[in-house]
Amino acid sequence: MQIRECAVSVESINNRFSRVEMKEQDPAVRSRNFEEVPYGYTEEEAKKESSRCLKCKNPLCVEGCPVNVKIPEFIGLLAEGKFEEAALKIKETNALPAVCGRVCPQEEQCEKRCILGKKGESVAIGNLERFAADWQREKGGCNPSVNLTKNGKKVAVIGSGPAGLTCAGELIKQGFEVTVFEALHEAGGVLVYGIPEFRLPKEIVKSEIKYLEELGVKICKNFVAGKTATIEELLTEEKFDAVFVGSGAGLPLFMNIKGENSIGVYSANEYLTRSNLMKAFIDNPSTPIMKGKRVVTVGGGNVAMDSARTALRLGAEKSMIVYRRGEAEMPARGAEIHHAKEEGVEFHLLCNPVEILAEQNGSVSAIKCIRMELGEADSSGRRKPTAVEGSEFDLECDVVVIAIGNSPNPLIPESTPDLQISKRGTIAADESDGRTSKKFVYAGGDIVTGAATVILAMGAGKAAAKSIASDLLS
Amino acid sequence: MAQILKKEQLSGAAWRFRLNAPAIAKKRKAGQFIILRPLADSERIPLTIANADAAAGWIEIIFQAVGKTTMQLRDLKVMDSVLDLAGPLGNPTHVENFGKALCIGGGVGAAPLYPIISGLFKAGNDVTSIIGARSSDLIILKDDIAASSSRLFIATDDGSQGTKGFVSDVFKSLIQSGEHFDAAFVIGPPVMMKAACSLTVAAGIKTYASLNPIMIDGTGMCGCCRVTVGGQTRFACVEGPEFDASQIEWDEMILRLGGYKEFENKAREEHACRLESVQ
Repeated sequence: MQIRECAVSVESINNRFSRVEMKEQDPAVRSRNFEEVPYGYTEEEAKKESSRCLKCKNPLCVEGCPVNVKIPEFIGLLAEGKFEEAALKIKETNALPAVCGRVCPQEEQCEKRCILGKKGESVAIGNLERFAADWQREKGGCNPSVNLTKNGKKVAVIGSGPAGLTCAGELIKQGFEVTVFEALHEAGGVLVYGIPEFRLPKEIVKSEIKYLEELGVKICKNFVAGKTATIEELLTEEKFDAVFVGSGAGLPLFMNIKGENSIGVYSANEYLTRSNLMKAFIDNPSTPIMKGKRVVTVGGGNVAMDSARTALRLGAEKSMIVYRRGEAEMPARGAEIHHAKEEGVEFHLLCNPVEILAEQNGSVSAIKCIRMELGEADSSGRRKPTAVEGSEFDLECDVVVIAIGNSPNPLIPESTPDLQISKRGTIAADESDGRTSKKFVYAGGDIVTGAATVILAMGAGKAAAKSIASDLLS
Repeated sequence: MAQILKKEQLSGAAWRFRLNAPAIAKKRKAGQFIILRPLADSERIPLTIANADAAAGWIEIIFQAVGKTTMQLRDLKVMDSVLDLAGPLGNPTHVENFGKALCIGGGVGAAPLYPIISGLFKAGNDVTSIIGARSSDLIILKDDIAASSSRLFIATDDGSQGTKGFVSDVFKSLIQSGEHFDAAFVIGPPVMMKAACSLTVAAGIKTYASLNPIMIDGTGMCGCCRVTVGGQTRFACVEGPEFDASQIEWDEMILRLGGYKEFENKAREEHACRLESVQ
C-alpha cells in the first residue's frame, strides 16, 4: 500500500516538471500546406497542463508579460474546467489572446519567469492562453456586452496592427469613442499582411477584430494617415481629442548590393503580403507570386523563418536561409527555427550575400555569398561577423527574399512637422507612456521602437491608452 | 467603397470613370495617384488622378482595360461601387512658373499628364504639349489639353492624325527649329518615356518623368515599386512617382515592369474566357 502511494507521488512529481506537448501536423505534410502547424490542446490536455501551475503568491510570470495578463487566475479557472471564464479573465487585460497565444515569445517573457522552469519545464502559458481563447471563440457564448457610459471624448488610432487594436480596445472599455484608421483594405496590420496563415490563421484575427467592433470600435479602412488626412487635420477638422500612432515598421531595408532589383528578388514584406494579404497561395490568384524552385531567404529573424517556410508551401524544392552570423545569434524564436528545420529549410550560416546574379532577361539565377567569421561583440552584444577573404561561393536560386528589417515609414513624420523624430526616423515617444513631443499625440509599437514583437507593440498600445485616459479625463 | 458616378469610353480600351471620393478630391494635387481594388478578387492597382472637383467631391481616373483587374473595373456600371479606394498617394508634381514648359504624353499617359499641364498653365507657364498614340482613335483628352496649353502637337504612328511618327520626332523638329524649354514633364509607356527623356535630357532640359511601376500597398511597405535613381534604390510610391529623368535606370525599370507578363497574360485570357461563357 505504502509502495503504491509512493509510486503515485513520484509520477505526480514527474508530471509537475514536464509539460503536456501540443500535437503538431507532421513536418513532411505541413510543409506543403498552409494549415496551422500545432493542433491546439484538447480539453483534457489543457486541464492536465494547467494543473501543473503552482499558483505562486507573487507570480513572476505576470511581471514578465508586457500587458500583465492575470496568468495564475486564468490557469486556475482552466484547471477547474471553467474555460469560458478563463478566456474572459485573459480578455480583461489582453484584447487579442488567440493571437498572443500563438505568436508571443513566451519563452522570453512569462514562461521564462515560471518557477517550475528552474527544475523542469515551465508551465505552457502560451499554449493555455491559446486554448482558452480558441475554446471561447468556437464553443463559448457571446462576449459580455460592455455597457458603458460614453465619456464624450473622441480618439483616432492610426494603424490596425497589434499596437492600434490594443489601444482601441483599452479606450473603448473606458467610454471613449474610438476610430481606427487603416491604410490597407483589411484590418490587422502585420497580423494579416505579415504573419502567415500556418502560424496565425486569418479567421482568428478577423474574429478578434470583430470582438472590438462589437464593443463599439469603428474601423475605417483605405485611409492613409498623412495622405488622406494629416494628424493635424484629424485633431482640428475632424475634432478628435487625441491621436495614437501605431503605424508600424514601414519601408523594407535592402542590402544595396548589385543585382538586388532583379526579377524574383522580393522584400519579405512584399513576398508575405502577396501570399498572405493578397492570397497569392491559392490556385489562380489575381495577385501573382513567383513560386521559385530554389528560394533563398536572407536574414535570421522570425520574418525570415516565415518567408522560408512560405516558400516551401508555395512549392519550392529547396528553401534556404542565408544568415551572416551563427544560429545562436539568430533573432528568431527558437520554436520558429526548430519548425523551419523540421520542415527541411536549409540553413547557410555565417555567410553574407555580396551580389545577386541574373539571367539576360533580368531574372535571378544565383546569389553570391562570402563566408563570415565571428569576432568581438558589437553594440548589440552579438559577436560581429567579418568576411573571410576569397571565400565567395554561388548559391543557385530563382527567388530571393530579403528579410533584414525595416526602416520607419516616412508618411506621418513628413506630414507632421511638429512631431519630434529620432535620428533613426522613428517617432520620438516615451516608451513607458507613449507621449510624443506633440500635445495629444501618442505613439507606440514599431513606429517608435523599430521592428519588434507583437506583444511589445500591444504593451505600448496599452500604456498609451492609459496616458490618453489620464490626459483627457483629468 | 467608392461609387461610380459616370463612365465614358474614351477610345478602344481607354475609359474615364468619375468616382465619389470627397476626402481624396479635397486633398489631391497634380501628379498624385490612388490605389484601387474593384472587386474582392482583383489586384490592388495604382492609377493617377486625372481630374478632381473638391467641392463636388469626385475624382476621375483614366485607365486602359488591358488586364484582368482593369477589365473587372471596366465592367462595373454607373452606381456600382469600387470595393476599395485609397489615396491620394505619392508626392505632388512641383508646379511653378518655369517659363517655357514642355509636356510629353504617350497613349493613356496623356491622362496623368493633363492635371500637370493644367497646373503649369495656371501657374503662368508657356506650355507646349505633345501627345501621341498609335492611331487617331487612341488620342485622348485632346480638347482638354488644348484648352490648357499654349500650343498642342499631335503625333500618331500611322499618321492618321497630326505628325506621322513618335512624340520624340515632334520634339526633335522643335529643337531643330531652335526652340528651347526650361522644364519638361514626360509620362507614357516606359519605352516611350525612355526614348523621349533621353532626347530632352540631351537637349539640356531639366526633365521629370512620372513612373508607373507595379505596386501593392502604395504606402512604402512592400518595396515592389523600387527603381534605381542616381544609383540609389528609391520607392516610387512614397519617394516618387516623379523622378529626375536623367538619373533613372530605365532598362531595369522596364525589365521589372515585365516581370509578371506570363501571369498577366494568363489571367487576362482566363478572365476573357469566363466573360465569353457568360455572354
